[in-house]
Amino acid sequence: MAVPFMYSYRSLWTRRLTTALTAVGMALVVFVFAAIAMLAEGLEKTLVETGSAENVAIVRKGAVSEVQSGISRDQAAILETWPGVATGRDGRLLAAKELVVLISLSKRGTDKPSHVVIRGVSPVSLVLKPQVRLTEGRMPRPGTNEIMAGSSVSRRFEGAGLGETIRFAMRDWKVVGLFDAGSTGFSSEIWGDVDTLMQAFRRPVYSIVIFRMSDQGSFQQIKNGIENDPRLTVEAKRETVFYADQSKALSTFLRVLGTSLTLIFSLGAVIGAMITMYSAVANRVSEIGTLRALGFARASILSAFLLESLFIGVVGGALGLVMASFLQFLTISTMNFQTFAELAFSFTLTFRIAAQSLVVALVMGLAGGLLPAVKASRMNIVDALRTG
Amino acid sequence: MAEPFVKIRNLSKSYWRGGRQVPVLAGIDIDVAEGEFLALMGPSGSGKSTLLNLMAGIDNADTGTIEIGGVEITSLTEAELTAWRSDNVGFIFQFYNLVPVLTALENVELPLVLQGLSRKERKERAAFFLGLVNLSERTDHYPGQLSGGEQQRVAIARAMVTDPLLLVADEPTGDLDRRSAEEVLELMEKLNREFKKVIVMVTHDPKSAERAHVIRHLEKGYLNAAP
Amino acid sequence: MLLLKILFRNAFRHKLRTILTILGMTIAILAFGILRTVVDAWYAGVEASQANRLITRNAISLTFSLPISYAEKIRQTEGVEKVSWGNWFGAYYKEEKNFFANMAVDPKSHLEIVDELILDPAEKSEYFKDRRGAIAGRKLAERFGWKIGDIITLKGTIYPGDWDFVLKGIYMGRDETVDESIFLFHWDYFNERMKVQNPMEADQAGFYIIEIERPEMAAAVSGRIDAIFKNSLAETLTETERAFQLSFVSMTEAIMMAIQLVSVVVIAIIMAVSANTMAMSVRERLAEYATMRTLGFGAGTVFLLIFGESAVITFTGALAGVALTFPAAGLFRSELGQFFPIFIVKATTIWLDLGAALVVSLVSAVVPAFRAATAPINSALRRAV
Repeated sequence: MAVPFMYSYRSLWTRRLTTALTAVGMALVVFVFAAIAMLAEGLEKTLVETGSAENVAIVRKGAVSEVQSGISRDQAAILETWPGVATGRDGRLLAAKELVVLISLSKRGTDKPSHVVIRGVSPVSLVLKPQVRLTEGRMPRPGTNEIMAGSSVSRRFEGAGLGETIRFAMRDWKVVGLFDAGSTGFSSEIWGDVDTLMQAFRRPVYSIVIFRMSDQGSFQQIKNGIENDPRLTVEAKRETVFYADQSKALSTFLRVLGTSLTLIFSLGAVIGAMITMYSAVANRVSEIGTLRALGFARASILSAFLLESLFIGVVGGALGLVMASFLQFLTISTMNFQTFAELAFSFTLTFRIAAQSLVVALVMGLAGGLLPAVKASRMNIVDALRTG
Repeated sequence: MAEPFVKIRNLSKSYWRGGRQVPVLAGIDIDVAEGEFLALMGPSGSGKSTLLNLMAGIDNADTGTIEIGGVEITSLTEAELTAWRSDNVGFIFQFYNLVPVLTALENVELPLVLQGLSRKERKERAAFFLGLVNLSERTDHYPGQLSGGEQQRVAIARAMVTDPLLLVADEPTGDLDRRSAEEVLELMEKLNREFKKVIVMVTHDPKSAERAHVIRHLEKGYLNAAP
Repeated sequence: MLLLKILFRNAFRHKLRTILTILGMTIAILAFGILRTVVDAWYAGVEASQANRLITRNAISLTFSLPISYAEKIRQTEGVEKVSWGNWFGAYYKEEKNFFANMAVDPKSHLEIVDELILDPAEKSEYFKDRRGAIAGRKLAERFGWKIGDIITLKGTIYPGDWDFVLKGIYMGRDETVDESIFLFHWDYFNERMKVQNPMEADQAGFYIIEIERPEMAAAVSGRIDAIFKNSLAETLTETERAFQLSFVSMTEAIMMAIQLVSVVVIAIIMAVSANTMAMSVRERLAEYATMRTLGFGAGTVFLLIFGESAVITFTGALAGVALTFPAAGLFRSELGQFFPIFIVKATTIWLDLGAALVVSLVSAVVPAFRAATAPINSALRRAV
């Protein structure tokens, strides 16, 4: 026979201060756990969505990021016309040679500089990156000092708003357009015409060549062909993989940080739950004796106390998740260790993170309640009745 | 006739229970003479404990005055009352209320901490009173290691140690067996007789009350006529 | 004194509960201390920077370089004492995960300015003599088991290919704030290969390190240097070493802020645990405090007893946590030294630990203490029954 659920619930209510304090402790742990998981998730989502699986990204062999890479004009020309490159509706080959450099810009309202990616693009780039949409103004004209800024750059950096100018490479650049690329990394970039930018920066080499494959299944074949061509010193990756690899260090750092913090913090919360549950048992020794005398089995007592502790865990977990869900309104920007470029991303709550957080809360409740519940269930009836 | 030691006039007290005002004491007048041993009797809820608490200065009256040893305690501030209690009242409780983490001797010594005595004086005095209640050999025992009767005797020694004018006892024998109760009562009589302490004792046990000089009965907040 | 005895014995009356609380406090303070130290380690470069040192780099960004011809012009600038230069090399050893700081520098002038790197004179002259010579910090050499005379091959990411060096010396830091995990080699060796491999990038310095005569002239000298190259093909940005380091670190500020925030959260968690313990203990003992008040002890005494008890518990835990922080930091250093070359528990961290303990002990005691000190005596006494 099970002890009614109301019994557990009522007893929590009578000790509501203690119950609340314990639940708050667990809520904070769940909050930290969920927050860091959401951050890592947001980062990964941003970088994975930055690429498209049907595109191939080619950089110089050994280069970890676009900025480090350099592809000479003749190599780029070979890659541009590689067999297997898809053709667009207008008959053009869907391949783009791009320049990527970093410049120092100050954030609005501070004099703290941060590195922002400047990408020199060709008209085909927009076809290859369908995530990018012009939201205001117009595209920069080739051959002029015009640029367009990603939504997250224009908001946060001095001079990057529509109609404003930024000075770099000895020229003033006018922002004639704003573009939005959703939660992708492109939103943290400034785009201009590739040839103009190469002149301005005096860079004779491209950073990256991107093309769409006409046949999705041919990637491995294209990769092998490119990497084994003696004229080329480059490596090819799927665009999605290329961007995900760029943030591997940062996302690994966040995951390791999150896991270790959750482990340490949950120890604290489990201790809190144990304190609460031990005192719940101690306060109700005669009650437990009475229940046993009434015919409730040890197992029922055990489950009643476990239920109580799990309930605290559920309340704490739900509270922590609610707190964490508000983080979705925040955007974090930080330097990616691997590219040295500023990258903005948001906390992203997924069903999986929510479920994991609740599991963490339940495990804390279970761990905190187990020993006290065992103690309660092992109590001798006569001794228990005599106390109090 | 000399001024009474305790002079209570028109004392009223009520409590709020579930949004309703419940009168506990309704216009009580009572005098306790110097050297008297008074027993307050009455059924549960008659207000006898409330009256005792008011006399001991641990509860506040609604109306009326209490004058003890010439001091009108009903007009004292909280801090003055605390200081007054420390000098003038010794408490004896039904459940002894010893501090469980202190030994018998230390429990007796505790009130002296407030009296500004040297450590040596405190120890001597506490030992003397522990001897008075015949517990010299229990000096270093903790309350948990003592019987109920012994604990109550330690409590009596603690009540006596500051040499108060008034001893208040709330059901001092309520939790004791017959024999221990006798011992405790004999001790209280002795304190009254030899040390001239005024004792006010609440009890519902007629046998205990017999030890007192005067027995007054309370019923529903009213004092029955004096015998 | 009796009151102290009551205080201490009360603190340990519920052994299990107290021990659990102390344990929680120990973990919390340990986590707090380590997190603070992580943040400090992040800013270690800023802390260690020298006031009389300037860094000049390309104004566009760090990924752009400056002509080597600038060295002479900078040297002639008023207020400049010494000039050296170098390039961030960005290579790794064997595998990509074996990442560490490696730079091509002009050996003599570099060691003259960066005098916090201590090198044996014999090793120093060997390093100067051999064009392929290189030196490594003590920690770095330990990490890969390098010995003097070893041939070390690094794989370039910015400058492709395999690069062979001969380890000629192992330097030590002048004090513990010096990064002992840097790899340094001849800029000339690097430049000559660039001339062949990629002439565009030859004769280019990534940065100039400048020693100035007096630290207070930093702003003036920086201005003078930048003025020289204004409107040239490569404009410069000169700032103090501290500002340079800070600009790097501030780019990852968001993460450091998060860690700092989390370190406060752990204190909040333990506060909830400790407040719970105090609330339960005091509730069980309300009658005892009431008895003491009948004996004439004032509300203040009761207050102090409860605050004292809370302090005993939290500080026992906190001191254990502080004591454990040092070996934990040592473990951190040996396991994660490659990410945090400087990992030192600062005195400020210890003070913050103790401050946090004080706050926890006060906050967890205040509500129960207030309750015990002000509850009506007669009703509190009744709770004993």
